[in-house]
Amino acid sequence: MQATGAIAPVFAADASVPRSARAERRWTRWLLIGGSLGFLGLVLVVPLIAVFTEALRGGLRTYLASFADADARAAIWLTLTVAAIAVPANLVFGVMAAWAIAKFDFVGKSVLTTLIDLPFAVSPVVSGLIYVLLFGLQGWLGPWLAEHNARVIFAVPGIVLATMFVTFPFVARELIPLMQEQGSEEEQAALSLGASGWQCFWRVTLPNVKWALLYGVILCNARAMGEFGAVSVVSGHIRGQTNTMPLHVEILYNEYNFVGAFAVASLLALLALATLAAKSAVEWRHRALRRSGSAALASSTACGSVPN
Amino acid sequence: MKVALKQPSVLPGFGLTLGYTLFYLGLIVLLPLLALVLRSSSMGWAEFWRTVSDARVVASYRLTFGASLLAAGVNTVFGLMVAWTLVRYTFPLRRVIDALVDLPFALPTAVSGIALTAVYAPNGWIGRCLQPLGIKAAFTPLGVLIALTFIGLPFVVRTLQPALADLDAETEEAAVSLGASRLQTFMRVTLPAILPALLTGFALAFARALGEYGSVVFISGNMPMRTEITSLLIITKLEQYDTAGATAIAVVMLVASFVLLLIINSLQWWSSHRKGA
Repeated sequence: MQATGAIAPVFAADASVPRSARAERRWTRWLLIGGSLGFLGLVLVVPLIAVFTEALRGGLRTYLASFADADARAAIWLTLTVAAIAVPANLVFGVMAAWAIAKFDFVGKSVLTTLIDLPFAVSPVVSGLIYVLLFGLQGWLGPWLAEHNARVIFAVPGIVLATMFVTFPFVARELIPLMQEQGSEEEQAALSLGASGWQCFWRVTLPNVKWALLYGVILCNARAMGEFGAVSVVSGHIRGQTNTMPLHVEILYNEYNFVGAFAVASLLALLALATLAAKSAVEWRHRALRRSGSAALASSTACGSVPN
Repeated sequence: MKVALKQPSVLPGFGLTLGYTLFYLGLIVLLPLLALVLRSSSMGWAEFWRTVSDARVVASYRLTFGASLLAAGVNTVFGLMVAWTLVRYTFPLRRVIDALVDLPFALPTAVSGIALTAVYAPNGWIGRCLQPLGIKAAFTPLGVLIALTFIGLPFVVRTLQPALADLDAETEEAAVSLGASRLQTFMRVTLPAILPALLTGFALAFARALGEYGSVVFISGNMPMRTEITSLLIITKLEQYDTAGATAIAVVMLVASFVLLLIINSLQWWSSHRKGA
């Protein structure tokens, strides 16, 4: 196995510099690989395996029985519902924001771009708290809502809002750099050939950004289904009504129903693995499509600069 | 005279898309954040200060900031090793392992929390091995450190990978051909070149750890003054209907994250500026 790295072979022809100039000694190499794999194993792989072994501890029948529980089903249903609202909402926003920011030049553009990323800098618990301050009984709109018999906090609308907040930037931040890089020549050409604005968007812009769009949606969905801190603050933990899957995991775990907790957790872990697989597939696809000099998707993933 | 707020363009849809963007941003992000700021400013400075400097709250800052710093440090060392290995070497399953680095992003934090607790508890797979050594991981500050290390890892690795891949091979070759040892080359040539990325990764991991909640609350044991993180304290205050107290602590955390965001943006600017130069 040659450890020459991706760039080294280019220089192999240069006889004055030995091929191994950028490579470590064999034992250093194996020590580093071993150290990395050991660390990843202890921190990532062992806990991941533990989710499934704990879930299957009582055998397959007990595992499957965990999903027959009405509360577990309600939690799964609520999680799907919340994601089905929050993800499309942020998708529409992301496309709108990217169109405005990438295709036009206007005053305050960089401030707007920074503001869109803001939710990533706010911690999950604080993200939930701000909605309590707005819609809770002691909040601004709370008394008005109570008068009209409407509930946002400790009800599904609050969960949807908190989820929309924490997943707010995902689609926009994938689209904006890519669309900025692509410019608007193609759209201008389409318009001058007589296409309408909508035709131009559907036939020219969308095909150009579809992989980045899909990428953003995958990440947005994973976070929407898995959010815990923000949702925990606004949910009120009413079994069968306002418990999402992650919250249901917490309740079961705190009741010492470990098999049940890990059974629901195993579904979320499968979702995470599917997310990673889909994400990698899109990355490879994207790289294959734009072999040379594609910075946008690669760099935005690289920073994945997602505090929280 | 009209000042041009927008460059002319033949493309349609500016008013609609910008209008909707501002409306949605205002509704979902700015208005709720404004509620937090106004709520805390209506509190009065003395009461605010009393809340955020309470002994139990200060103990939670110490744990949260201390463990986050340590975890970011651990991640910087091991993240550099992992990124180096993934960029420079080929070995079986490299692509799968590369994809797996993002697991902490993809795995819901509550799942990470109970999984880490199961593994590092005294009867868990790893906890059992630590016990004879006299090390208790779960339900101690060490447990908090482990959880924060878990969730911060991808930030360091993903920031370093492109920086390592972009390294100019010729500089390293030159150092070697001038007689530098491999270690000298790394310390004097490679490390200074990737320093901005390394610091950015550290800051991102630290920022993420500061606000983390889900993965920590299960493994920490949540003992007041000892293993209670600040995020949990906000929730505890809310559950006791002390909205004002929760708001005050949240403002402290929010200011900390915004300062970090500023630092991270400057680091990224430095990084790209250096690359351009």
